Amino acid sequence: MKIRTVAYIFREAFRSMWQNSWMSIASVSTVAVSLLILGLSLVLVMNSNHLADTIESELEIAVFMQTDADAREVQRVGERIGNHDKVSEVIFVPKEEGLANMRRTLGDQSDYFRALGNENPLPDMYRVKASNPNDVAPLASELEGISSVEKVRYGHGVVEQILSLTYWVRMGGIAVMGLIGAAAVFLISTTIRLTVFARQKEITIMKYVGATNWFIRWPFLLEGMFLGFFGSVIAVSFLFFTYTNVITYVQSYIPFVPLRSDTDFLVTISQILLATGVFIGALGSTISLRKFLKV
Amino acid sequence: MIQMFNVSKTYSNGVKALLDVSVRIQKGSFVFLVGPSGAGKSTFIKLLFREERPSGGQIIFNGRSLIRMRDKDVPHLRRQMGVVFQDFRLLPKKTVFENVAFAMEVVEGPVKKIRQRVPQVLDMVGLGSKANLYPHQLSGGEQQRVSIARAIVNDPMLIIADEPTGNLDPETAKEIMDLLLDINRRGTTIIMATHARDIVDSMRQRVIAIEGGRVVRDEERGSYEKEKDTET
Repeated sequence: MKIRTVAYIFREAFRSMWQNSWMSIASVSTVAVSLLILGLSLVLVMNSNHLADTIESELEIAVFMQTDADAREVQRVGERIGNHDKVSEVIFVPKEEGLANMRRTLGDQSDYFRALGNENPLPDMYRVKASNPNDVAPLASELEGISSVEKVRYGHGVVEQILSLTYWVRMGGIAVMGLIGAAAVFLISTTIRLTVFARQKEITIMKYVGATNWFIRWPFLLEGMFLGFFGSVIAVSFLFFTYTNVITYVQSYIPFVPLRSDTDFLVTISQILLATGVFIGALGSTISLRKFLKV
Repeated sequence: MIQMFNVSKTYSNGVKALLDVSVRIQKGSFVFLVGPSGAGKSTFIKLLFREERPSGGQIIFNGRSLIRMRDKDVPHLRRQMGVVFQDFRLLPKKTVFENVAFAMEVVEGPVKKIRQRVPQVLDMVGLGSKANLYPHQLSGGEQQRVSIARAIVNDPMLIIADEPTGNLDPETAKEIMDLLLDINRRGTTIIMATHARDIVDSMRQRVIAIEGGRVVRDEERGSYEKEKDTET
């Protein structure tokens, strides 16, 4: 393709966007809104996945021994846990240490313990880390089955809740994005159809004098792709601006919530949005070209 | 240059537009295509232009079969043909010069050649001084001259004119015919569909009459054609 032809194609694409400016604005805004929703749900899903991962990797199983278990029995259980192939780390917390920890945590209120006399009410305990976060639940119930183990506790519920939240965010995002995305494709195809109709006469003449089909199609295709591209640029800039502000806010007020703030993350999302925008535009114009441009 | 062998065309709605048409048109000839509306003249033109494919038979243009031709080669076929319509089909927002240059631009002609060729063709059709006017500033006859200039600017071998004088008064029509005859004398084959009996009679060129989808008469007045399919 000659450079002059490329210039011609770009000129024609921009000219018709300008001529149908209202339709162009409508298409660009719809693309922007749909991609913004896609972007927001991506941000949420990726962050809650990140959150779930963080929590899961820190997840420990607390194995409490029966209070009347003797030291040999406690040690035997400890070895058995340590040899389990799903366990990456076992830490023994004897009851004396447990009591000291609790005193420290309760601070001033540690007077309660004096009321108990010199009896230590706490059992011996093992802190167990699973090598794979997915094994936490089955491992916990397995450990609970060992005799002389009183009970087992882990942060179950939290992870499941985060993961189910992720699921619903993803589903909701896909559904809304699908609907608005379809509207964006429809609007772009309408815009392109208007352009095709407005230039019907020109197209007929081009066909008659022997312009190639792609010479005729390219300006329309490019127009659609640009509409999609502009929409995604708006969505990306809005998302970028909002998210960096949210990050700053969250990190200063609730710093323990692990959010993804690395630029890789935003760059990935921007790339996804830009590609989707251009794709939506190309799809919209292709639909119109197939239906209305018989070349 | 053009050979049609037993060509038939039935449209998808069942209309039989052409039936068993065999015609041979020599390079450089001037052919009138006459017949009542709906007789099949437009279909005949559309087949030559590869806008439609025949349902049966064979069409050879310049040694190539239009039946076997792939869609992607059609634009190159059309660059060898120029087409002129009854309603001119000029672009109203472009000047005379731009309208003619457009035909060269869309086939990706070099800028230098466009600047050189367009004024030359406009001079030939007698509009050299009106290059910068817009179509609405011209008379009907002048507009048709612009469309003829556009048809010949890419140097086609064949001009297909579909009722080029249909919207013009007899005086202007005659001028347009003189122009077409002039182009024909320079070697371009011309096929002209028309209802204008007086023009056909005064010009004494070859006449192919189509009625009900069949060639009912093929009269030779010139001396180019070797073979006849006369049937009256």
